[in-house]
Amino acid sequence: MKLFGFRGGVHPHARKERTEQLPIIRLPLPRRLYVPLQQHIGEPAVAQVRPGQPVKRGELIGGSVEWLSAPVHAPADGTVVEVSEFASPHPAALPVTTAVIEVSAHQTPWRVPAEDPFGLSPAELALRIRQAGIVGMGGATFPSAVKLDLARQHGVDTLIINGGECEPYLTCDDRLMRERGQQIVTGVALMLRCLEARRALILVEDNKEEALATLRTLCREQPQITTLSVPTRYPQGSQKQMIQSVLGREIPAGGHATDLGVVMHNVATAYAVYEALVDGKPLVSRIVTVGGGAVPRPANLEVPLGTLVEELLAYCGLEGEAYERLLVGGPMMGQWLPHPRVPVIKGSSGIIALSEAETRVEMPRPCIRCSRCVEVCPSGLLPLELAKRIRKEQFAAASELGLSDCIACGSCAYVCPAKIPLVQYFHYGKGQLQARRVQEKKLDNTADLAATKAQRLAEIEAQKAAAAQARKREAEARARQQAAEKAAAHEAEPCARTEGD
Amino acid sequence: MAHTLLSGPHTLAPTSVSRTMLAVMLALLPATLWGLYLFGWPALYLFVITLLAALACEVLCLALAGKPLHLNLLDGSALLTGWLLAMSLPPWAPWWIGVLGSLIAIGVGKQVFGGIGYNLFNPAMVARVALLVSFPLPMTLWTAPAPLGSAGAPDWLEGLAITFGGATVDAFSGASLLGSVKTEFTLGRELAEILPQGVNTQQLLLGSHHGSLGETSALLVALGGIALIARGVIRWTVPFAMLGTVALLALLFNLIDAGRYPGVDYHLLSGGLMLAALFIATDPVTSPNTTAGQLLFGAGCGALVYLIRTWGGYPEGVAFAVLLMNALVPLIDHYLKPRIYGRDRGGRPLPVVRETAP
Ligand code: SF4
Ligand code: SF4
Repeated sequence: MKLFGFRGGVHPHARKERTEQLPIIRLPLPRRLYVPLQQHIGEPAVAQVRPGQPVKRGELIGGSVEWLSAPVHAPADGTVVEVSEFASPHPAALPVTTAVIEVSAHQTPWRVPAEDPFGLSPAELALRIRQAGIVGMGGATFPSAVKLDLARQHGVDTLIINGGECEPYLTCDDRLMRERGQQIVTGVALMLRCLEARRALILVEDNKEEALATLRTLCREQPQITTLSVPTRYPQGSQKQMIQSVLGREIPAGGHATDLGVVMHNVATAYAVYEALVDGKPLVSRIVTVGGGAVPRPANLEVPLGTLVEELLAYCGLEGEAYERLLVGGPMMGQWLPHPRVPVIKGSSGIIALSEAETRVEMPRPCIRCSRCVEVCPSGLLPLELAKRIRKEQFAAASELGLSDCIACGSCAYVCPAKIPLVQYFHYGKGQLQARRVQEKKLDNTADLAATKAQRLAEIEAQKAAAAQARKREAEARARQQAAEKAAAHEAEPCARTEGD
Repeated sequence: MAHTLLSGPHTLAPTSVSRTMLAVMLALLPATLWGLYLFGWPALYLFVITLLAALACEVLCLALAGKPLHLNLLDGSALLTGWLLAMSLPPWAPWWIGVLGSLIAIGVGKQVFGGIGYNLFNPAMVARVALLVSFPLPMTLWTAPAPLGSAGAPDWLEGLAITFGGATVDAFSGASLLGSVKTEFTLGRELAEILPQGVNTQQLLLGSHHGSLGETSALLVALGGIALIARGVIRWTVPFAMLGTVALLALLFNLIDAGRYPGVDYHLLSGGLMLAALFIATDPVTSPNTTAGQLLFGAGCGALVYLIRTWGGYPEGVAFAVLLMNALVPLIDHYLKPRIYGRDRGGRPLPVVRETAP
């Protein structure tokens, strides 16, 4: 199949060498798990458990009430000791409702479902995927079932599976593809069935030769599934860029992949679908790369969700906060963590502890207009001009230059020789625009309310006037009737009939 | 700035403004050393003076503006401006030409606009043009090469006399190739009479002719520029468009009348064209943002160079050409923006067309 490639992009140092050869190992169950009820984009799940209540592995502890949401399950047998606010993996460690589970010593084994998932109807498959709490595992955490639903409604033709893993340091998807390729391929086949789509394309960057070879061999028996090798380049894993790479087509601004008849899911999501439908495991664990220069023994770990980051770090030989900067996700789009007492959640693909040498922070300098940022921007924007506008608080001008089309990939800031924190400007600008929109809406609402009130007043006035008129008419009518009656008393009937009309 | 940590990327390319400037200076080094060898002590004095004056002026301006010294001085931009200016001056010019040039370059060309990144015009070219217009005589006295240690070349003491004492050096002075050809043309003579042997390409490549440090060896300048392109410090666009346009025009007119219009090699290798195309027009601050814009800008520079050299009032048009095009950069940047992903050139969303695969 011919590839088209995408515009822009960068080649950050991959730094995958320390973990790419390490097989996935299972992290021993910690004593306590901190399971947040919001591990996805959308509405938080609603707690289904009370403190003191025993739970079984895989039991529902947070139910999704809304459509755009995902349920949360107990990652281990144990007792719920608390349901309260706890720090989440977020730059400000925002507290979210979290179920704290005291893990018991004895764990019941999984019960494999008896029926063949390929015998299920597409709608039933979608329902089970929803019930398993599966979300986008690449870090986006969009509820997968919702994505599948939307794709089914649009009659999607092609399923693209993202095995790019273009972020530096991360090797969890690479290992997953090498070690559990069969499960991934089965998961993809199930997703295809659920979507009733024609074909699936698994895209893997060409720096993961073994993963490519493994999947290619496995896909031989699956005529609908093709593995494609794509050149290694960041941000390959971004949906827009990956679709451009394969189809040579762009998602229209404001549109969705489904507009092109395409839907994209991550390889780890396909694996989660396999686990849910074949092994009967809802999403309660994930593979996490623990890496970075500050980690003595980096690893690819299979981690129960809710395990604290500090336990992962300790397992890999890093005690306390002996690092310069801690990240969840990759260094390009990942988030800074203020401290490691936050749990691993469904979207945590990597825990990266950077050493001082890896975080050389330089003071931002004035822009020298070198246009490197323009060259690398995959969205075709002018990052230097955007930043200039935002610095001057000219948000409308920035918006005209396409601020909303920025995917925050950070390619521009990566190459900037003046070390200008461009992405930070863009986040700020987008936030300001959003705030303004809310404000405007409020004003609009107020205006609406005022208009409604005026209308209501007018209506009341009109009614009053009408009532007055009616009263007047009635009074007149009565007067006439009386007159008529008086007249009738003197003469004959016909007048009364006329009055009666 | 703790909040810098909040958003990625958390890894940055190993580039910086000072490293970029350093790379450019390294690329200039071979041509500079060769030029200093060819023109000896007076050239070295002028070179050092110009650089020091540029630094001094930068310090002064920063101090007046209350900006931190170390960061801004260490970025190397003032040094590079001084360097480029020195490479475009007559090598035996008196000291005050270098000092005045640096003052104009840094003070008027750069700091008045707000310092690095804010200037509209290339500072070195602003100074060069200002000097040429104000002091035409010392600015057009080009020295013949007198390599260090060769017979008749001034020693270090005589060099001091030339640079600081205003000693006359008529024996070595003359017009540059472009200058003499232009003068002869105005007298109505044909190229074959002016240069009976034709253009000496080898001499132009190696630099053993009248000219500035940056005009001497087109070959060394070109090699430095190619190294910069190969290392990704500058882009190919501006040099390609500028040299290509000059070459194309030279070829065209040479075909029309070879007696009136010298050929491609003469135009590409003489004067400051090579230095300007690779090191001056490529100045990031004063060139456009996009590939299309850069190609247009380069082509404009090239066309203006050819126009001025052939029909203008000055023998050499590089500095004027670059400055004129600098003035157009905001306009070019306004009209030649990249197309945004998912939108057409007018900014409207692309039409929705469903994938119809085989
Ligand atoms: S402007 Fe946005 S989309 Fe473009 S490179 Fe920068 S972060 Fe990426
Ligand atoms: S990369 Fe940085 S210095 Fe270069 S133009 Fe963009 S913002 Fe300016």
